[in-house]
Amino acid sequence: MTTDQTSSFSTGHEGEPLVEMRGIVKKFGDTVVLDGVDLDVHRGEVVVLIGPSGAGKSTLLRCINGLEQIQSGTIRVAGEELVYKEKHLNHVRSRIGMVFQSFNLFPHMKVIDNLMMAQRDVLDRPKQEARERAERLLERVGLADKADAYPEKLSGGQQQRVAIARALAMDPEVMLFDEPTSALDPELVGEVLQVMRTLADEGMTMVVVTHEMRFAKRAADRVVLMADRGIAEEGTPEQVLENPTSERGRAFLAELSEE
Amino acid sequence: MNFFEHLVDTAPIFLDATVVTLRLTAMALVFAMALGALVAWMSMSSVAPLRWIAVAFIGLIRGTPLIAQIFVLYFGITEVVLLPAFWAGTIALGVHNSAYIAEIIRSGFQSVPDGLNEASRSLGMSRMQTLRRVRAPLALRAILPVLGSQFIIAVKDSSLVAFIGMRELFQSSRNLAASTYEPLTMYLIVSLYYLAIVLALTFVVSRIERRLSVHRR
Ligand SMILES: Nc1ncnc2c1ncn2[C@@H]1O[C@H](COP(=O)(O)OP(=O)(O)OP(=O)(O)O)[C@@H](O)[C@H]1O
Ligand SMILES: [Mg+2]
Repeated sequence: MTTDQTSSFSTGHEGEPLVEMRGIVKKFGDTVVLDGVDLDVHRGEVVVLIGPSGAGKSTLLRCINGLEQIQSGTIRVAGEELVYKEKHLNHVRSRIGMVFQSFNLFPHMKVIDNLMMAQRDVLDRPKQEARERAERLLERVGLADKADAYPEKLSGGQQQRVAIARALAMDPEVMLFDEPTSALDPELVGEVLQVMRTLADEGMTMVVVTHEMRFAKRAADRVVLMADRGIAEEGTPEQVLENPTSERGRAFLAELSEE
Repeated sequence: MNFFEHLVDTAPIFLDATVVTLRLTAMALVFAMALGALVAWMSMSSVAPLRWIAVAFIGLIRGTPLIAQIFVLYFGITEVVLLPAFWAGTIALGVHNSAYIAEIIRSGFQSVPDGLNEASRSLGMSRMQTLRRVRAPLALRAILPVLGSQFIIAVKDSSLVAFIGMRELFQSSRNLAASTYEPLTMYLIVSLYYLAIVLALTFVVSRIERRLSVHRR
């Protein structure tokens, strides 16, 4: 791995990293998917993960909040090391927002209840406070009028904005996005990216897996290119997207520009 | 006597027998739900031997005829203790239905997309909270219609306990067919009783389903 290169790399976000991954090894059965990956994410930083299909981007993201259990290495979130104990995991997860490609809104709950459930059940917030928080967030993602709608009645773009608001309702320290716009019709991509850009501008710490290079260029502090079970290259968007130095980086970007 | 005279004439006997059939089926189904839930839980367990037991039980019950199960239980148990036909019938019908209900419950839970479980867990919800708030309510919506049809099958299948001599609806029609020499009429009449029960049950199930539909309209 290119640890030396990466740790000397700076985006102006110093101090102890909010997410610190060291020597991550992840296997599915006998298949090694991540082979000694190191990644730091500092407070307020926006890291975009790119790379070919099967490179392990989703897996790496899912390791951060313990949806996948690693075989070796350490993960720290806000200084706390991740261990696979239910109570501890629940606590860590409540501080990490996650947004999925397929939205995953709870179909049997109104939008407002999607946003209130974990605030009530996990954070024990009083009902009124949870509702106010939910309403404010819906307003922020432009869906104040959809509070009483069921998810099925919303467009994909609206559903994904609700999913973002649902994650934000927990006041997470970091937000993880796994291809949040890949399931959307092209004309709906913009409204979701807009919400994400605003979030980034407001200083939210974000790790984003995406194929949206425009988002990477405009919002990312750092682009991490994954290939072959690890990080092939990382740097500023300009460095990685315009002047890749690694073989895999050049190949991947050449493929992208052909599309 | 014409058909309607027979219908009226036999009403006291058949109505009594209807109560027996309903009690028998209801008790069998309560038992089947409890046992079915247990077997479903075992079949989804991460403990392999529990899964094997569940799979073997379901395979065995679904692979053999109900009438054989009733006979085996009735004659098998009466070897040891004297079990009234009512209880033998209830237990046999209960065990039989529990296998089907276990499969219905299991597939109901499996129909809930993994992503919803992950979304809930990602919010910090515990396994139990996720079960209570997300997986169970959604599974229930998938389970109910199928469970309804299974209940209807159970009502009709309960007629098989007639063959261990229990005086429920079907046995009553057999007795009447013999004593009146009007088998066709008696079997038509008993069919109407079953039909009435099934229609009533269908109505109740569809009402519950509507109230629970994923997004109330
Ligand atoms: N649950 C799983 N069981 C077995 N193998 C898995 C599982 N999840 C992922 N993999 C494998 O791990 C590798 C990395 O998968 P991952 O989903 O992390 O890739 P990705 O970079 O997100 O790809 P994509 O761009 O297609 O989403 C792939 O080879 C995939 O087949
Ligand atoms: Mg992926």
